[in-house]
Amino acid sequence: MEPYETVKHDVLIIGAGGAGLRAAISVLEAGLDCGIVSKSLLGKAHTVMAEGGAAAALGNMHEPDDWRVHFRDTIVGGAYLNNHRMVEIFAHEAIDRVLELEEYGAVFDRTPEGLIAQRPFGGHTYRRLNHVGDRTGLELIRTLQDRAVSMGPTVHMEWTVTRLLTSDRGVVGAVAYDRSDGRIIVIQAKAVVLATGGWGRMYRYTSNSWESTGDGAAMALEAGADLIDMEMVQFHPTGMLWPPSMRGILVTEAVRGEGGILRNGTGERFMFKPEYMPERYQGKFADSPEEAARWLDDKQNNRRPPELLPRDEVARAIYKEVRAGRGTVHGGVHLDVTHRGAAYIRRKLPSMYEQFMALGSVDITAEPMEVYPTVHYTMGGIHVDADTCQTAVPGLFAAGECAGGLHGANRLGGNSLTDILVFGRRAGLSAVEAASERKHEPISESQVAAEVELLLAPLGRTQGEKPSVIASELQEIMQNNAMIERSHEGLTACLSKLQELKERAGRLSAAGDRRYNPGWHAARDLLFQLRLSEAIVRSALERKESRGAQWRSDYPATDPEWGKVNLTVALRGDELVVTRVPLPPMPEHLQAIMNEGKK
Amino acid sequence: MRDTIRLRVFRGDASGGEEREYEVKTFPGMVVLDAIHQIQGEQDGTLACRWNCKAAKCGSCSAEINGLPRLMCKSRVEEFYDAAGVIRVHPIKTFPLIKDLVTDVSWNYKVAESIPPLRIREGTPRPLRMDQSDVERAQEFRKCIECFLCQTVCHVLRDHNRTDAYFGPRYMVKIAALDMHPLDSVERRSFLRRSAGVGYCNITKCCQEVCPEHIHITDNAIIPLKERVADEFYDPIRMLVRRLSGRK
Repeated sequence: MEPYETVKHDVLIIGAGGAGLRAAISVLEAGLDCGIVSKSLLGKAHTVMAEGGAAAALGNMHEPDDWRVHFRDTIVGGAYLNNHRMVEIFAHEAIDRVLELEEYGAVFDRTPEGLIAQRPFGGHTYRRLNHVGDRTGLELIRTLQDRAVSMGPTVHMEWTVTRLLTSDRGVVGAVAYDRSDGRIIVIQAKAVVLATGGWGRMYRYTSNSWESTGDGAAMALEAGADLIDMEMVQFHPTGMLWPPSMRGILVTEAVRGEGGILRNGTGERFMFKPEYMPERYQGKFADSPEEAARWLDDKQNNRRPPELLPRDEVARAIYKEVRAGRGTVHGGVHLDVTHRGAAYIRRKLPSMYEQFMALGSVDITAEPMEVYPTVHYTMGGIHVDADTCQTAVPGLFAAGECAGGLHGANRLGGNSLTDILVFGRRAGLSAVEAASERKHEPISESQVAAEVELLLAPLGRTQGEKPSVIASELQEIMQNNAMIERSHEGLTACLSKLQELKERAGRLSAAGDRRYNPGWHAARDLLFQLRLSEAIVRSALERKESRGAQWRSDYPATDPEWGKVNLTVALRGDELVVTRVPLPPMPEHLQAIMNEGKK
Repeated sequence: MRDTIRLRVFRGDASGGEEREYEVKTFPGMVVLDAIHQIQGEQDGTLACRWNCKAAKCGSCSAEINGLPRLMCKSRVEEFYDAAGVIRVHPIKTFPLIKDLVTDVSWNYKVAESIPPLRIREGTPRPLRMDQSDVERAQEFRKCIECFLCQTVCHVLRDHNRTDAYFGPRYMVKIAALDMHPLDSVERRSFLRRSAGVGYCNITKCCQEVCPEHIHITDNAIIPLKERVADEFYDPIRMLVRRLSGRK
């Protein structure tokens, strides 16, 4: 068999974005040996692209905010599909996690009183997004990176993990390869934390980088864990649309938080149309542009503009406007923030200003941006225990975007940056506990051999398709059939095409050798993407209603019966099995918080 | 814009290499990274480069385009091709080559590990309070996306190969961010002089010119740090006190 190298850690953390780094801090604080695997260089993970802020009810803005309101907003925004215990933990602990970042050295923008400044965002009742201009993710990842590095972890940069190794006692390690030279490494660990992020790359237009191929969720599935809410993929309302080179790149929600106005191609401010105001938000938003304008300077006595509805609602409204023929010249809508004045825009949205100026030749202080929804985030993911982040596999934990449950059917902006802090820490602490009870177990040579064979096969084939060809076809069918608007017809066609792609992906060929070879790397990534695409499509087919991010044109209503179940996906043999799992009943103290909101 | 351009991309590794030419189709707004992706997808999947965000926020895709250190994702092709439609793309030069456009930048991460982290002054009340005007200096430095373009143009590192003596502009910026944090209590002047080698910078400001985040590296970070070190170690009165007290 192919020779391989072995390394050992007490705890192995796969993924070095915010969740992985926060988990590492907890592991290192406990004095354990911690290995962190990162597909990219350290500090380049997707967290770096988060812009608007980290939501936590610090209450610094003279508004009656507290964790209960954050709890309620998150559940209402998630269309009631969230795991209520996860949301409770999250809304509570988000506050301490943000304050802790300041102790680590983060430098947030300040209020006049010198406290952390908070901005409004979609679906949040009060100003709640703790931010640094529009580069909050960079601040967060650099802060966590510096903190973790100062505590002495082993960081394996540019390694890719492709399989979890298991025994009858649960997870025992993983197989990885080094991207720079292609050598194989077996990592033994007493506990493993998955913090591998999402899987937006299977769509054509996405704000996600090459890394978002869903490796962690697919590997967990293959190791025996189940996934939850896989049909729930977030389409961010505002991606760049023009020029084509920039299509899909994120335009932060902070633009709307700072007063940005959406207009269709005819100049109409369409978010005020009654058809776009969902029942559960009625009466909570400004009912005229005049009130929305007053809100900019007086938030106590005026309601928020409807541009600040949650992302699922705004994305759908934009999609419908364009479909009805009211789009802009390139088939999007306009997002206009010019009324805030050049100085204000450059101070609060500096990276948006720079992004549009340098990449799109658009001066956002003087002209509107052209935007269209882009695939942004995956609410679904690995099914975990709310308190411990434990998956169905002993010793295996998951946190952040790769885990599911917290965000339900739609994530509120700003909740992901605090998600990764709250549950990154909890996953780290759980891994510490597991590592104290578990030991390094022998690994299965046959599991290693099977993975190595799969990994190296494309290099040995001279005939066969290039991964880029199949990846492109995958993006096309997912974009066309599993995007904002879904139907039985489209999803079924997508599923049969997926079967075809899966077969063809068994015969991939990659030219060249094992040294830093992106074509070869993409071949393995593609198998993860195909697996998760199927999980999305099968779940979307099964949920015969519209809720949150899932909009079925053949089942346009929200069905209360469907509000009582989550869908889970498990792997049986080589088949994905979708199961309806009842939501746990909400305990009285949380129900009381929900009822307060109805007053 | 031309319909097609010719990219001459360096292909090779530490043992040597050469430019190879690829013809690529253009489209509106195209950046050099798009052209590299087109080559990878349609012509040669073995071409190695780093990238992540494609929006100038992660600092992964640094390269030398027509000899200029740039982020490939922020470099529009029409600003770079010549009369014959040619653009030359090479790896950044200061760090050892791994393959094609990918270099070994691990030295930078080792340097980062050695920098004394923030320690908030004891007794500071919670929640922490800081004025916006006081945090802005540190915030400028914290915009750094670690693309290492400043490191690759720094004469001390690039021409004199003194990675043993000087941390380079990226880490001057990092130390400045810590030093100018309003609540930090760590004394880094001796570290700056001895380990970080701030004295090696001769203020040519090349780093400042290439920074994609427009950080005033030399003016706002390095010069003030040099002044602090000078105050501590080269102030005549302090020098006299040190000599009399026997302190170094």
